[in-house]
Amino acid sequence: MENDNRRVVSRLNIGEIWQWLKAEGYQVVGPTIRDGAIVYDEIDGPDELPVGWTDEQNGGKYQLKKRPDAALFGYAVGPHSWKKFLFPSRRRLWKGTRDENQLTIETETIPDTKYAFFGVRSCELHAIAIQDKVFIGGKHVDPYYKSHREQLFIIGVNCHTAGGTCFCVSMNTGPRCSSGYDLVLTEIIDQDRHEFVVDSATDTGKRLLNSLTSHAISPDVDSAEKTSVEKAAKNMGRELPTEGLKELLANNYEHPRWKEVASRCMTCANCTMVCPTCFCSSVEDTTDLTGDHTERWRQWDSCFTMDFSYLHGGSVRQSPLSRYRQWMTHKLSTWQDQFGTSGCVGCGRCVTWCPVAIDITEEVKAIRASQEVGTHD
Amino acid sequence: MTEYQEPMAPVPYRIFRRKQETNDVFTFELVPSKGTETIGFAPGQFNMLYAFGLGEVPISVSGDPEDQGKLVHTIRVVGAVTKGLAALKRDESIGVRGPFGSDWPLKQAVGHDVIVVAGGLGLAPLRPALYALLSHPERYGKLTLLYGARTEEDLLFTKEWGKWKNSGKIAVEVSLGQASRKWRGTVGHVTALLPRISIQPEKTIAFVCGPETMMRFVAIELEKRGVNRDRIFISMERNMKCAVGFCGHCQFGPHFVCADGPIFPYGRMEPLLRIREL
Amino acid sequence: METLEGLLARHPFFEDLPEPDLKLIAGCGRNVAFREGQTVFREGEAANEFYLLREGVIRIEINSPRLGPITIQTVHAGEVLGWSWLFPPYRWHFDAHVMEAGRGTCLNGKCLREKLERDPQLGFALMKRFNGILLQRLQSTRLQLIEAYEGATEK
Repeated sequence: MENDNRRVVSRLNIGEIWQWLKAEGYQVVGPTIRDGAIVYDEIDGPDELPVGWTDEQNGGKYQLKKRPDAALFGYAVGPHSWKKFLFPSRRRLWKGTRDENQLTIETETIPDTKYAFFGVRSCELHAIAIQDKVFIGGKHVDPYYKSHREQLFIIGVNCHTAGGTCFCVSMNTGPRCSSGYDLVLTEIIDQDRHEFVVDSATDTGKRLLNSLTSHAISPDVDSAEKTSVEKAAKNMGRELPTEGLKELLANNYEHPRWKEVASRCMTCANCTMVCPTCFCSSVEDTTDLTGDHTERWRQWDSCFTMDFSYLHGGSVRQSPLSRYRQWMTHKLSTWQDQFGTSGCVGCGRCVTWCPVAIDITEEVKAIRASQEVGTHD
Repeated sequence: MTEYQEPMAPVPYRIFRRKQETNDVFTFELVPSKGTETIGFAPGQFNMLYAFGLGEVPISVSGDPEDQGKLVHTIRVVGAVTKGLAALKRDESIGVRGPFGSDWPLKQAVGHDVIVVAGGLGLAPLRPALYALLSHPERYGKLTLLYGARTEEDLLFTKEWGKWKNSGKIAVEVSLGQASRKWRGTVGHVTALLPRISIQPEKTIAFVCGPETMMRFVAIELEKRGVNRDRIFISMERNMKCAVGFCGHCQFGPHFVCADGPIFPYGRMEPLLRIREL
Repeated sequence: METLEGLLARHPFFEDLPEPDLKLIAGCGRNVAFREGQTVFREGEAANEFYLLREGVIRIEINSPRLGPITIQTVHAGEVLGWSWLFPPYRWHFDAHVMEAGRGTCLNGKCLREKLERDPQLGFALMKRFNGILLQRLQSTRLQLIEAYEGATEK
């Protein structure tokens, strides 16, 4: 049956996507290689993608390797997440002047950027939806996030190559993109062909799809598409049993495992920097030499820092134990109380980028295995 | 370019009056600068006060809720920002963001005996509630204020609670942690005042504010007297950078103190208060 | 004119104590009046009494060379003053001065100690009551200590 929202585009025509996006005024960002990692940055065409590359990921390990083919999406996710565009790591909020006792605040103009995210994985679509709840879903709204989010065009990708630390299947966040995108691509690559099944989900997505050179999908390609995504699902690097997880962690604040993980954790905050849902920030007020001009900046912060919980001459969470526990219980347990979903999307970044290979899935299993309340000092 | 609200931008106010309360505590009365509207508040809420070039601190409103034309804040100097605020004089400008947070449940208190327990500077966030209770005492049962301070020099609003005591509308008992011979009142921890008052637990509601240790033990004493833990309210404090639920700093278990609190029923807090370094 | 037993019976410390016990204890007691400013006892003096306050307020003080006399607690109507009579060397550990004039019952420590050694059941009953009050005082003192420490280290 003909389905206008589902077409097949050859690898040779994928570049047309950029033509349409540029004509519509979008700034295209997507995966590209820099400094030995796959990061997200402006990309001008499909040749700037990590063509023919894959990533070998494990606890504390990340290495790019050449693939035997020229796949455009033969890798999982790298140290960047899409939050860097919607929730930039450093942003000026306003400028203030003091003029004869009169305080004037000039809020920063929000740039009118229309981003097109090219190559968003299912776990990342969930992460964006999770951050939507934080920044635009509550009583207060972040204007930068709102503006960029409203104008955002998303091209998702259904993974065919799972990563070494992936566990989206456990978290019910992939590998198949289910919602939150305008278009989604599934790459079909073997000796005989290199093409993409393209599904549109919105009117804008439809307009882009209509502009591409495409042909109808055959049952054979449809089947290959399903197999491809199933293969990714079967090759998860990790698993995290989520049954009763919220209560498990809420009831085990004194579990001895926290001591164990704390003996390894260096509180370096890598996990929070690479995590696509971590949203903590801090503010910095700076003045010029005259003292009459000031600026307030917002920047990413991490619950792992010593000062994060500073109050009246000391921090509430002084020990690394308390800070690791805060991060993990927030991510997997209290996040659910706050926002109605888990904070974790199973992307595996925190496992890959931890210098001492602390594995959140392992920590959960350890607490689950010995469901005892810890001893008190 | 669409209009948008920047929740992190302070509104300019100016210092209308400044009063030194003790050697490290002072009170501001703030009025909006020309052209800006007054921010209202409910007793227990707080504002982020901005000292130019230095930063912001969360300070509870300590004024009369029936006078919404000005914002009153009582502040202790503990760091760079509060030191900067302390240096401001009359007519100088200050930035204000708010009001934020939950308020003392005055509606729920109607028809109840209300016990207000204040420790140290905790009397300041309770003062708006006390004004409200004293303004309509017929709505409530017996009113009691128990106020503990470390030393005589730390006592706040002495003339005021003296007047309240004499008005007969509220029983006022004050205790110091230690005193010189000059003090002719009770000495001991504020928790020691509780066994000395009569309580009808089934119709009592309590508002407690002070250092966290003090609030924990006051709540324990109230529970010992049979007051239900969901009718004991405490005001929590945590590091705040944004006050709008974005920055993550003020989390206490699942709660954002800036948005879900700072005022919470003790019943919800009790299991969390027992966890060290939460 | 109320008997000593009657007065003791009405004091919260001896609440619900059976009459024969009250009679026994009253044998060690006498009524006292306190004048404002009066010194009840001083640190180091022989501790042979304890007091049940009916009216008035007594301040408990410890002298600090640098700060002078510091009141660390006040004892009010319905409360009890003095523990040092319980244990050797039977010497007071602090000063007690009268802040507000009042009245009370003074019980002789030596007399009471001897009677309680002979009646262990009553002894245990009274020990439980003393411990209850000591616990309250200890807890209050601990909180005063924490707050003094928090105040000294607050930044």
